[in-house]
Amino acid sequence: MRKPVFDEASPLLEVRDLRIEGQSDDSWHEIVKGVSFDLKRGEVLGLIGESGAGKSTIGLASIGYVRPGCRITSGQVRYKGIDLVSAKDRDKRALWGAELAYVAQSAAAAFNPAHRLIEQCQEPAVIHGERGEKKLRDRVIGLFQKLSLPQPEALGERYPHQLSGGQLQRVMTAMAMSCHPGLLIFDEPTTALDVTTQIEVLATIQQIVREFGVAAIYITHDLAVVSQVADRIIVLRYGEVVEEAPTTKMLSAPEAAYTKSLWAVRKLDKQEDLAAKPILHLRDVDAGYGNSIKILDKINLAVPRGRTVAVVGESGSGKSTLARTIMGLQPAFAGTIEFDGMELPLAFKQRSGLLHRRIQMIYQSPDTALNPRRRVRDILSRPLQRHLGLSGEARRQRVAELMSMVELNTRLLDRFPSELSGGEKQRVCIARALAVEPELIICDEVTSALDQIVAEGVLKLLLRLQQQIGITYIFITHDLATVRAISDWIVVMHRGEIVEQGPKSQIMTPPRHAYTELLFSSMPEMDPTWLPRVLRERQSAGIAQNVSAEMSM
Amino acid sequence: MIAEEKVMTISKVEGPAGTRQRRLWRHLKKAPLSAWIGIAIVLAYMAVALLAPWIAPHGETEVVGGQYDPWSDEFLLGTDQLGRDMLSRLIYGARNTISVALMTTSIAFVLGTGLGLLAATVGGWVDQLFSRVVDVIMAIPQLIFALLLLSIFGTSVVNLVLIIAVLDSTRLFRVSRSVALNVTVLDFVEAARLQGEGTIWIMVREILPNILAPIIAEFGMRFCFVFLTIAALSFLGLGIQPPTADWGSMVRENATLINYGDITPLLPAGAIALLTIGVNFIVDWFLHITSGLKE
Repeated sequence: MRKPVFDEASPLLEVRDLRIEGQSDDSWHEIVKGVSFDLKRGEVLGLIGESGAGKSTIGLASIGYVRPGCRITSGQVRYKGIDLVSAKDRDKRALWGAELAYVAQSAAAAFNPAHRLIEQCQEPAVIHGERGEKKLRDRVIGLFQKLSLPQPEALGERYPHQLSGGQLQRVMTAMAMSCHPGLLIFDEPTTALDVTTQIEVLATIQQIVREFGVAAIYITHDLAVVSQVADRIIVLRYGEVVEEAPTTKMLSAPEAAYTKSLWAVRKLDKQEDLAAKPILHLRDVDAGYGNSIKILDKINLAVPRGRTVAVVGESGSGKSTLARTIMGLQPAFAGTIEFDGMELPLAFKQRSGLLHRRIQMIYQSPDTALNPRRRVRDILSRPLQRHLGLSGEARRQRVAELMSMVELNTRLLDRFPSELSGGEKQRVCIARALAVEPELIICDEVTSALDQIVAEGVLKLLLRLQQQIGITYIFITHDLATVRAISDWIVVMHRGEIVEQGPKSQIMTPPRHAYTELLFSSMPEMDPTWLPRVLRERQSAGIAQNVSAEMSM
Repeated sequence: MIAEEKVMTISKVEGPAGTRQRRLWRHLKKAPLSAWIGIAIVLAYMAVALLAPWIAPHGETEVVGGQYDPWSDEFLLGTDQLGRDMLSRLIYGARNTISVALMTTSIAFVLGTGLGLLAATVGGWVDQLFSRVVDVIMAIPQLIFALLLLSIFGTSVVNLVLIIAVLDSTRLFRVSRSVALNVTVLDFVEAARLQGEGTIWIMVREILPNILAPIIAEFGMRFCFVFLTIAALSFLGLGIQPPTADWGSMVRENATLINYGDITPLLPAGAIALLTIGVNFIVDWFLHITSGLKE
């Protein structure tokens, strides 16, 4: 390979007027429309935007890779002066893994489950011609140590499934670092993780950048996360740069209207109001799987009519089990559930059709909650016909009404779910739940699969519906902004128990239970000084160690 | 995440999808050569089967010449052991063999898919019962089991169709049950349950449309296998009974000719092979389309 002239002072990575097209059916459509940016050594660039904005495509293109079905039509990507767009595959392969490394979103899916971690972490170095088992091994263990992974000596002997998601993500970062690359691409590395785990990974990334002086591109749709790690932020929309600015400036004084609207999402705040009789009352409810595995332990909970109860906790805390127990899908072992003054049969099958109608559920992922082979019209018509006996013109009108209630155009009625966007799909799910005129809706992480602006729209819609028709919500979430936006009463769950519950104003302000404190302080704030502050506080309190010890067990 | 982004961009660009016919036409236009060959073969067979009385130069069971007459202008493919025209019997054989195979496969399809869906949707002891019965049936080699049952119940076309249908439905049961199990765990099935829908509705309206593609592909495969089973049974003398023309028995009846280096008895076998290839080409293409849709 010809050694290009590279001046240390010039940017490490230069992207100039990059245009990428993607293929659908037989035609090509531009998905990245002339993006340019520079990246210096030791600098972290945050790329944020909604899904479909071209973040991942740009991230991959900056190491000279395009996915099958995509092509770079024009522009340049120069790494240390080498143009990666025109470079031969052989030359690019020499750089990939050694100089340019990529950390994927789901570490659990990116590791090969059949090999030990240490072998997989040594692999990049071996591929690039480094030999010496002992030397490579020591280097990887050294990296594990640097990334404060527990028992660095023994960790490499484990298989991927034996580690938690956060640890795997850190091991993957170690793997990416094994050849000391100059540029790292992080593609949503914490999106699949719990907030309490996310914080470890963020700390790791920050540390890597500081210690090794690598340049990095951090791709995410979470503003709070990107403000922790990035020096500079680029906001993308429809494959174009909307705004580019240093992090502090971007946070304090965003200029573009789109950026401002992104920022505004975090500021929704509902006025707390608890003056209402309970519609649902759980007393000493125990539940779990099969006959013996207990997950929920002595749950006591009262849900006021026409209000919102938010249930928060990390994954595995029993939030979803609680929802399924109330629905009767996972019948409680013991205890009573009272709905509107009468005792509910614990199992779904024993409940009457009327009860089925009065409690509904909305799911996290609208992709799987709608039958892909049925049109929106059929999905909405069926419950109307079955439960309300509507047919013909009356039913058609009611369907149109439902669509306008969830702010969707009736034009969409003849589409299949796959022809709708994520937010539209979730609105159809809401409309379907509303069709049977329920009094209580359980919302299981309904906004976590959506982009922020879309999520804000859905939250506003749910709030408006509550005001208009007085529906009660049980809102399961792990996002603090969502909790603030929608709840009146907050329930904090940990390992199947309610550790604390109370009115929003009380739970959101200290003092609070130790676990609540840990959970809430782990939720990133839109403040670049948040991460170091939290880490410092935890170090002095010794919580961080306990948490990571807990995670690794 | 990645796939989702791709799907979203595609759906945005494409807008509302065309009607069913238009989509079918679009797929047909893009069909590979092999699919076209398959379609041509199957259409030709169907035409021959439907138009048999008009195409065939002689009757199905009519004795028109001497035994084993060679190929000539009058008897294009010669005559068989009783002096019946070989070509005419081949043409009528298409009608008999294909219709019996189609009937058998359809019954097997309805039976196997229905029970498979039911087992997957209801689960519990229903699933256990059906699955174990299927295991028992599948544990016995199919051809031997069919021979056994045919000798018990007697060889008639109805018995033949029913016995092979039941035996073959076990395969369809397993396929439909396993693909349906993947669908039953999805949220929209639970959502339907939460709205109080009954089992039949969930089976037919929620699950079936989502597993139709692999099951139709399986239908094509089973059709070929049923065809071969019937031919094999006929060859052994327990299938379609003489004097009805049937490709399997035609091979056996004229087997003597092979000793004299005459390829005539291989023609019905060739007819079976060709149709099998044609159907498989179509099935391959169909599987390709559906896997493309899933992406």
